[in-house]
Amino acid sequence: MTYPTPEFPMIRTGGVDGLLISFGDKLSEPANRAALAFRAAVEAEGWDGVEETSSTLVSCFVRFDPLHLPHDVLQAKVETLLKRRNWFDAVLPEGRRFWRIPTVYGTDLAPQLAQAAAAAGMSEAEAVTSLSDARVRVQALGFSPGQPYLGELPEVWDIPRQSQLTDRVPQGALVVAIRQFVLFGVSAPTGWQHVGQTAINLFQPKADEPILLRPGDEVQFIATDAASLNNMRSDPDGGATYEMIK
Amino acid sequence: MSAKLSILRAGPSMTLQDMGRPGQLALGLSRGGAADRLALAEGAALLGQPADTLALEMAALGGEFQANEDMRIALTGAPMRATIDGEAVVWNASHRLPAGARLSIGAATAGCYGYLHVGGGFAADPFLGAASAHLAAGIGTLLQDGDTLAIGTDVGSETNRMIEPEDRFHGGAVRLTPSFQTHLFGKAELDRLQAEPLHRAARANRMGVALTPQGGGYHIEGGRNVVSEIVLPGDIQITGDGMPFVLMVECQTTGGYPRIGTVLPCDLPRVAQAPAGAELRFRFVDLEEAVDMERAEAKRRAELGKHCRPLIRDPRLMRDLLSYNLIGGVVAGNEDIEGV
Repeated sequence: MTYPTPEFPMIRTGGVDGLLISFGDKLSEPANRAALAFRAAVEAEGWDGVEETSSTLVSCFVRFDPLHLPHDVLQAKVETLLKRRNWFDAVLPEGRRFWRIPTVYGTDLAPQLAQAAAAAGMSEAEAVTSLSDARVRVQALGFSPGQPYLGELPEVWDIPRQSQLTDRVPQGALVVAIRQFVLFGVSAPTGWQHVGQTAINLFQPKADEPILLRPGDEVQFIATDAASLNNMRSDPDGGATYEMIK
Repeated sequence: MSAKLSILRAGPSMTLQDMGRPGQLALGLSRGGAADRLALAEGAALLGQPADTLALEMAALGGEFQANEDMRIALTGAPMRATIDGEAVVWNASHRLPAGARLSIGAATAGCYGYLHVGGGFAADPFLGAASAHLAAGIGTLLQDGDTLAIGTDVGSETNRMIEPEDRFHGGAVRLTPSFQTHLFGKAELDRLQAEPLHRAARANRMGVALTPQGGGYHIEGGRNVVSEIVLPGDIQITGDGMPFVLMVECQTTGGYPRIGTVLPCDLPRVAQAPAGAELRFRFVDLEEAVDMERAEAKRRAELGKHCRPLIRDPRLMRDLLSYNLIGGVVAGNEDIEGV
């Protein structure tokens, strides 16, 4: 096994049929834009033998059929495409939307607001103001269907993941760590801190568009109260609304 | 009248499965599909159907079924005790299930996932190109007592065929290729992974299989701050306590725990079928070697139909065949039984 030295963009194999092109080893705005743009470029190339692509926080992933597209051939194509431009300068995708998602901060619906606020050195009220004022962007979808990683939050929110996992947060849970939110599409265990609760269904298998949020979309988690959120539960979007970003 | 199979009694974890929905990673949806894709292909070969025909997957325990008209069935994967109207039938074989007869499938005698296939396949509405249940994503449901399953048109007629399964129901040797984060682990830990036996822990399902390493948790050099990255079925994730966890077909699509290696797709059925306590031994292979292994396996699977042969009806031999089902831990006459 040999690996390239960690310079970016970095190309790595994963499994027998995966290639990962990474633009950084930690989240940054340029690396995220590069990952989104490079994935779009690979899609546009339509190379034979590529079975799917996706983007993560800082990488473009390519799954391919190694029985028909040898590793070295794909790697050469990727290297050529990487040289075409400076991907870190790429602009965000077209057709982005700005979402407002009603959120209950704290209370028994989101019991870790107090400890997260303390970790960020704020009172609970200050934390709610800071989190509900932040306009964050969907940097990647992953983990479960339609589930977004969102950022970047102000630097005070560079708080660590917990060493012990929370057994389970409910669907629609808004959790925070390392200057990012994750909005849970399913009920799952997590090491992130549960600071807000929404009523949004991120994955609606029976809808024409089963996935609500897309990478590049912007989101603000507007504070609301438990009674209002409860009323929004009859709406599959949980009271979320959007407008196009011009 | 269209063919239907009624579930009189459902085991605790029965779902409809096919080859899953590859190509939806960008949505955050993992491939899903049968935990043992080889078993799906074997059943399809026995009935002369496409390998991605929808079948019924039974984890650990089967159920009781009744057909509304004569139909063909095949039984593959983890061997389970099976009878039709009280008469024992051979696993890894196809049979005629007469209208009104009761098919009873018991507990697995080895392995984890057994499969019931029907001629024409089960019919269910596709979503994103497949009809399989992906419970982790909220697609499809667990099958229940009283459910009635629609069946497609059967264009075949052959039954009483059998296939010798590759033994994969007792753990054994599993081959790996490097993952994105293999380089984060020191040489000593990579050597240990390939030298020590790892046992399948109690916790295992379609999302992942926990392993217990003989020498304790694996050490990760600075691995706690890894940025979340794509997860592939077969990835061996090392969680905070150093314990390895093989991610399976219904896994999450991204994760922040480093992966020490990735199980070859052709060896993943062996991990899925390893019963609790079974010993697994891991070995890294070169990428080129891995591609050759996948190529050989793809060819073998495409030719499974050629390896089906008539089920012997000699009463004396039948008794021997049935004993495969009735003696725990023995699946066929000639395979190596490892790690029990």
